[in-house]
Amino acid sequence: METSFALTGKGYVIIAADTTAARSIVKMKVDEDKIKELGTHLLMAYSGEPGDTVQFAEYVERNIRLYQIRNLYPLRPPAAASWIRRSLAQSLRSRNPYSVNLLLGGYDQAENKPNLYWIDYLGSVVEVPFAAHGYGSYFALSLLDRYHDPEAPLEEGLATLKRCLDEVAKRLVVSPSKYMVKVVDKDGVREVEI
Amino acid sequence: MEYNGGSVIAMVGKDCVAIASDLRFGNQALGIASNFQRIFPVTDRTYVGLAGLGTDVTTLRERFRYRVNMYTIKEERDIEPQTFAHLVSSTLYEHRFGPYFVEPVIAGLENTSSGSKPFIAAADLIGCLNFAKDFVVAGTASSKLYGLAEGLWEPDLGPEDLFETISQTLLNGVDRDAFSGWGAVVHVITKDRVVTRTLKGRMD
Repeated sequence: METSFALTGKGYVIIAADTTAARSIVKMKVDEDKIKELGTHLLMAYSGEPGDTVQFAEYVERNIRLYQIRNLYPLRPPAAASWIRRSLAQSLRSRNPYSVNLLLGGYDQAENKPNLYWIDYLGSVVEVPFAAHGYGSYFALSLLDRYHDPEAPLEEGLATLKRCLDEVAKRLVVSPSKYMVKVVDKDGVREVEI
Repeated sequence: MEYNGGSVIAMVGKDCVAIASDLRFGNQALGIASNFQRIFPVTDRTYVGLAGLGTDVTTLRERFRYRVNMYTIKEERDIEPQTFAHLVSSTLYEHRFGPYFVEPVIAGLENTSSGSKPFIAAADLIGCLNFAKDFVVAGTASSKLYGLAEGLWEPDLGPEDLFETISQTLLNGVDRDAFSGWGAVVHVITKDRVVTRTLKGRMD
């Protein structure tokens, strides 16, 4: 089943999402990138109802880009989170709401600190040191409670993430086989191998 | 109401009021965050606490901020707590047949000719106001908070005693509730200042 994790550390946010595109009991694809790069310093992992996810993620991506073109500066992570939240909250009380859960990670270049937001399809937003969506969250959150360190360097952060992925692989019946891992820090966004 | 969890309480003291809430944000039984603020300042001496569905807490907080700003600009003065309570009530009743799932609690000091007077009120999700003289509760631990407040509260408590009373009521109330807890925040509003304290709680 779909699972995504994210954690912050000293000057970075790591976001990991599984890469399977499933329909019913069938894996249709195993290399689907479910982490959008919304800007030079902003990442968004999305999961939920197939169809809604890509549609909503692209809608967000284009609007964030439009803001940057119009104003010559990008939305900072807290502002982007607010805008996305509002879109989801308005959608929730519409005729057919988007059913999309998000993890928004960014590096705030004005305050030089990482930001991570947990967002669900209802439009609830919380700023957190670490977060997860999907069945993986039941395993990963307790591990992260124990091992997460907000001052850890990137290598340690990736090691903590690895613990989560391994635990999910070990204990979850319907565990994903592959993950895409992306990091955002002062130098921008990049993909890392794990 | 039980989806994200959370509780709010407000109490009247002698020339002061206190409003407090827990900090848990959960997804049913799974805890997501322990830093979810559900109490917001409206003016210097009026606060509103919103217990209920997380998304509606944020949405209403933004709506109230907008409507209070408009009021302040038009009237060229701060909104009174009682007026704000009616603003809350009418905002909620506008959505009578598709409500926001939120139980608001309002606490503040009213301006009167002879200084200031404590004011507290609570509403249900469609805006039925409850003006109480002693205390009001809302959220998933409300039944427990009623019992504790009934036992601990007494009239004419000073700011420090009121802080102790509301803190003990909240902390012990949320310990009996699976959907509330994970720390708390308490605001004590007096004539010339607001004291905000963050409390540690049981993290289970």
